[in-house]
Amino acid sequence: MSDSTVLEVRGVTKAYGERQVLRGIDLAVREHGAIALIGASGSGKSTLLRCIDLLEDIDDGDVLLDGEVITDPSVETIAVRRRLGMVFQAFNLFPHLTVLQNLTLAPVRAHGASRAEAEDRARELLERFGLGGREHDYPDRLSGGQQQRVAIARALATRPRALLLDEITSALDPELVGEILQLVADLKDEGMTMLIATHEMGFAREVADEVCFLHDGAIVERGDAEHMFGAPEHPETQRFLRRLLDAGRL
Amino acid sequence: MRAAARRRRAQRRTAISAVSTIVVLGALATWILTAPGWPDVRDTFFSIDDFRSSFPDVLRGFWIDIKLFVIVEAVVLVLGLFIALVRTTRTAALFPFRAIAVVFCDVMRGIPTILLVYLVGFGVLALNLKGLPTDPLVLGGAALAFSYSAYVAEVYRSGIDSVHPTQMAGALALGLTRTQALRYVIVPQAIRRVIPPLLNDFIALQKDVALISILGPAEAFRIAQIDASSNFVYTPLVSVALLYLLVTIPLARLVDHLQARSRRSRGGAVAL
Repeated sequence: MSDSTVLEVRGVTKAYGERQVLRGIDLAVREHGAIALIGASGSGKSTLLRCIDLLEDIDDGDVLLDGEVITDPSVETIAVRRRLGMVFQAFNLFPHLTVLQNLTLAPVRAHGASRAEAEDRARELLERFGLGGREHDYPDRLSGGQQQRVAIARALATRPRALLLDEITSALDPELVGEILQLVADLKDEGMTMLIATHEMGFAREVADEVCFLHDGAIVERGDAEHMFGAPEHPETQRFLRRLLDAGRL
Repeated sequence: MRAAARRRRAQRRTAISAVSTIVVLGALATWILTAPGWPDVRDTFFSIDDFRSSFPDVLRGFWIDIKLFVIVEAVVLVLGLFIALVRTTRTAALFPFRAIAVVFCDVMRGIPTILLVYLVGFGVLALNLKGLPTDPLVLGGAALAFSYSAYVAEVYRSGIDSVHPTQMAGALALGLTRTQALRYVIVPQAIRRVIPPLLNDFIALQKDVALISILGPAEAFRIAQIDASSNFVYTPLVSVALLYLLVTIPLARLVDHLQARSRRSRGGAVAL
C-alpha cells in the first residue's frame, strides 16, 4: 500500500465576521486512511469539511489534494469538487428525483458518463448497500437509514478520491446508526480515504486511524483511538469525553 | 351503534345546511326581485332576445381573448422564469442584467396594467419605428406579457428561494456547476412548489385580457360595449361575464385541488 498523502490541510483559518471558526488547522489524510474529527457542536468540524470541498472560502492557509493546492483562487472549484465526495448530515437527497436519478445525475452531467454506464454503477452500489429494488422510489419513501445509504452511494457514484463525511449519523434514530457505521467501516476496509466529522464515537474508535479533537476552531489534541479515549492529556479533551460518558454516549 | 349515531349526525348536518341555504338565497332573491328598479334591470341586462342576437358576435370576440390569453401566458411563463433566473445569478459580470431585471420588475409591477396597455399600445405605435409591430393585438399582448412577467418572476423567485440551501450544497458537492444545479435540482423543485400561485396569476391574466379592448380590437368586451352604448342593451356584457366565469371558475377549482395536493405531499416529491 502506498503511503502518499491524499488530503492535506495547512494552517487553515476562517472567520464569519468577527467570529473565528477555524484557527490554524493542520492535518493530513493518507491514502486509504481515515481521520475522525470530534468535538462539541460549533467547534468547527463541519466548517472545515465545507472549506475542503470549497463550499466555503478560507481566509488563510492551504488545502492540498494529491499535492495540488486546491484553495488557490486560480484553481477551478468545480473540477476539485468532482474529485471529492461529500455526505451531509441531512442527506441532501433530491426529493424530486428517484433514487436511481439521484445517483446518476452527477456521473452523467458532471463526469460525462453515459447513462447506461452510470445506471450500471448506480445499481451495483444500491445492490451492495441493501437497496436493490428501491431504485425507482422517491427518497421520501425510504427510512432515514436508507436515505443516508443512498446519499453515501450517490457520493461514491462519481468514484471520488476521498470521502468527506459530515455528521452523517446525527440525524438518524439511534437504532439506525449501527448500519451506517458498518457501511463506513466496510468502505475503510476497501481502502477508501476518509475524513469524518462525527458525534458518534463508534466511528472514531472503529474506523479512524487518527482522532483529532477540535475545540473552538483548533485541534487541541490528536492521536489514535486508544490514546484519545484511554488517556487523553488535554483538559478540554478530558472534559468533552467526560460529558459524553455522563450522557451515556461512550 | 357508533356508526349509526355518526350517520344520524351527518344527516342532520346536511339537512341544516340545506334549509339554511334555501332561506338565505330565498331572502336574497326576494330582496333583489322586489327592488323598484328590477323590471328595468331585467329588460336591459337579462333579456333572452338580446342574448340570442348578440351571443354569436360576443363568442367570436371571446375566442380572440382566449387565443391572446394562451399566447401571452406562454410568453409570461418563459420570460418570468428568465427574469427570476437573472435575478438569482451571482456573477459580477452579469450585474447590469441583474440591475435591468430589478428595474423591469419594479416598473412593470408599479404601473397599473390598464395604463401600461395604453402606453405600449399608443406609445409604441406613435414611435413609428421600423420593424416594430403595429397590430394593437400584438402591442396590447406585449403590454400584458411585460406586466405579468414581472409578477410571475417574483413568484418563481420565491419558489427558488424556498428550496433549502442544502439542496444547492448537495448539488455543488457532486461536482455540478451552479447552472446545472439550478437546472436539474433547484428549478424543478421550485416550479412544483409555485404551481398554485402561478395558476392564480393565470386567472388574473385571463381576466385582464379584456383590457386590450381600449386599443380597439373586436374582442368580446369591446363588442358588448359597442352594443351597450349604441342600443342601451347590457345583456351582451352579462354574457361576456358568463363566458369569463366559464373559464375562470374551473381554473380556480384546479388551483384549490393542486394546493390541497401539495399540502398533502409536503416535499413536493409527487410527480406533476
